[in-house]
Amino acid sequence: MSRLEVNNLLEVKNLRVDLPVEAGTLHAVRGIDFHVERGEMLCLVGESGCGKSMTSLALMGLLPRKSRLSADHLQFDGIDLTTLSERRRSDLRGARMAMIFQEPMTALNPAYTLGNQLCEGLIRHRGVSRQEARERAIYLLERVGISAAKDRLNQYPHQLSGGLRQRVMIAMALMCEPDLIIADEPTTALDVTIQAQILRLLRELQQEFGTAVIFITHDLGVVARIADRVAVMYAGEVIESAPTPALYANPAHPYTRGLLSCIPAPGKTPPGSRLQAIPGVVPSLVGHVEGCAFRNRCPQAQPTCEQTPPLMSLPGDHRARCHYADRPVPVPLQPEMSS
Amino acid sequence: MGTFIVRRILVAMSVALTISIVSFMLLHLSGDLATSIAGPEATAEQVEQIRVDYGLDRPIVNQYLDWLSGALTFDFGRSYYYQSTVIDLIVDRMPITLTLGGLALALAVGISIPLGVLAALKRDTWIDRLALLFAVVGQAMPSFWFGLTLIVVFAVTLQWLPAAGSDGWQHFVLPAIALGYYATPAMMRLTRTGMLEVLESDYIRTARAKGLRTGSVIFKHALRNAIIPVVALAAVELGFMLGGSVVIESVFSLNGLGQLAWDAISRNDYPVVQAVVLIIALFYIVLTLLADVANAALDPRIRTR
Repeated sequence: MSRLEVNNLLEVKNLRVDLPVEAGTLHAVRGIDFHVERGEMLCLVGESGCGKSMTSLALMGLLPRKSRLSADHLQFDGIDLTTLSERRRSDLRGARMAMIFQEPMTALNPAYTLGNQLCEGLIRHRGVSRQEARERAIYLLERVGISAAKDRLNQYPHQLSGGLRQRVMIAMALMCEPDLIIADEPTTALDVTIQAQILRLLRELQQEFGTAVIFITHDLGVVARIADRVAVMYAGEVIESAPTPALYANPAHPYTRGLLSCIPAPGKTPPGSRLQAIPGVVPSLVGHVEGCAFRNRCPQAQPTCEQTPPLMSLPGDHRARCHYADRPVPVPLQPEMSS
Repeated sequence: MGTFIVRRILVAMSVALTISIVSFMLLHLSGDLATSIAGPEATAEQVEQIRVDYGLDRPIVNQYLDWLSGALTFDFGRSYYYQSTVIDLIVDRMPITLTLGGLALALAVGISIPLGVLAALKRDTWIDRLALLFAVVGQAMPSFWFGLTLIVVFAVTLQWLPAAGSDGWQHFVLPAIALGYYATPAMMRLTRTGMLEVLESDYIRTARAKGLRTGSVIFKHALRNAIIPVVALAAVELGFMLGGSVVIESVFSLNGLGQLAWDAISRNDYPVVQAVVLIIALFYIVLTLLADVANAALDPRIRTR
């Protein structure tokens, strides 16, 4: 391990998550590598079922009971998470790594006041008094843009709208000043107008508090642009990762290119034209997957793609898992026109 | 919360009034009361005399209003069979029934909730299976048979506890176990199912993501939500134990309300039947009210509805 890697807040090498299902074993996460630097925002992009949520739960140590996790390397600030006892793990959760979930409507306990739920983590981890915890909760509620914060502490979740609840969740994640926040599609369940507000808020807070953020989304359009780096997941693998400008300028993997072409661009996409889509469906991850998982949907698939592609390094911290990431695709075999 | 309780009390009172009307009518529709009081050998004149003496010749609405105005001051008239007022009989029998029902419920709650939580936490292990076996046995076994078994083992063979009577606390141990075990399986299963459901919920994941201790996640966040249906069930179970424990009361020769009602029905002692039906209905109403208030205290969403 080089010196540089030690400085990373989160270091993930060959992370695998398997889930037993009726038909066999579902390989939800199939050996992914990525890292998160201190204070940066990494966006994990992929469609439903690509393993992005399982990855986040694996990092938090909140995987479903029957799942199995393995990794060559899973380090958070130099702490090996794979060998940590559940008790030590829970000391980290909420204190140094926090999570914001997709569904603000159900993520808060209906039976307790917001104040109670905001404060309990801080009281548990820092041993502060209830009064101190309430003061911090009021400060953070105001910071995430909730008016009459003091009165809100005595309200129950059902008295708040979805957007407000998600703001509360963000404040809750910030209570202990964590080094890392994992936000799992925090805006997906919200109205579009609220989405933009929440997104902007998260970015602001991330820069203000210097918190590293893993932002999980299926939206390569607007959302991913706020990140410092983007990692694209497909079928349980990271198939491309790059600094955000590089990814948008030079997408190296055909899947990334496909995703980008699906986004209608104002001024570029003619009105009334058909929206792009990637044909086909994600392969089943039950059982062993041979070769490139995307080849059945790939417009440039070659016989070589039957073999599992290596992770190719491109200039500028850009990586892609494609045989042809760094070279042109051979000319497709055209049927002879004249013979 | 205040208006919630007031509203519930008004509803409860109208339910009580309805029950008193329905039970009064049913009793009077079940046949000619004068004939059944007089017995099969009575002459027509004797039956008429009884009808006049007991006021059964007057319009039924007047009879009901008279009875109701008495009932409002706890005057349910005199028993036809015992030489005492109905209210004295009830006051005399009530403590036995309350003691038995209270002990049985305490036992049932004390066993079913911890066992249900444990079974849910240890889902699909031998502990869970054992808890389910305990529940199935409790549901399958008739309570009179279990009561008799307890008597045979603990009263006759081991001679640890008395088999019959109601003089001291020892007399209530076996009947409370028999009655409590009857109420345990449903509550245990409901606790287990509720816990399993709640433990899968998003807010439990949030609580765990906050790094809360396991005890706090289970008892503060999960149990409080899982217990809400159990509270309502416990109220119904206690109502049953207070009103319907006739079988257990007769197996253990406890002279409670159930026994009184049973005797009164077989002796055509209508004022007693009428009063006991109302009292038992009131038990249910009060318990349901208490369960509603308890649930509102547990779940803020109910309060503001």
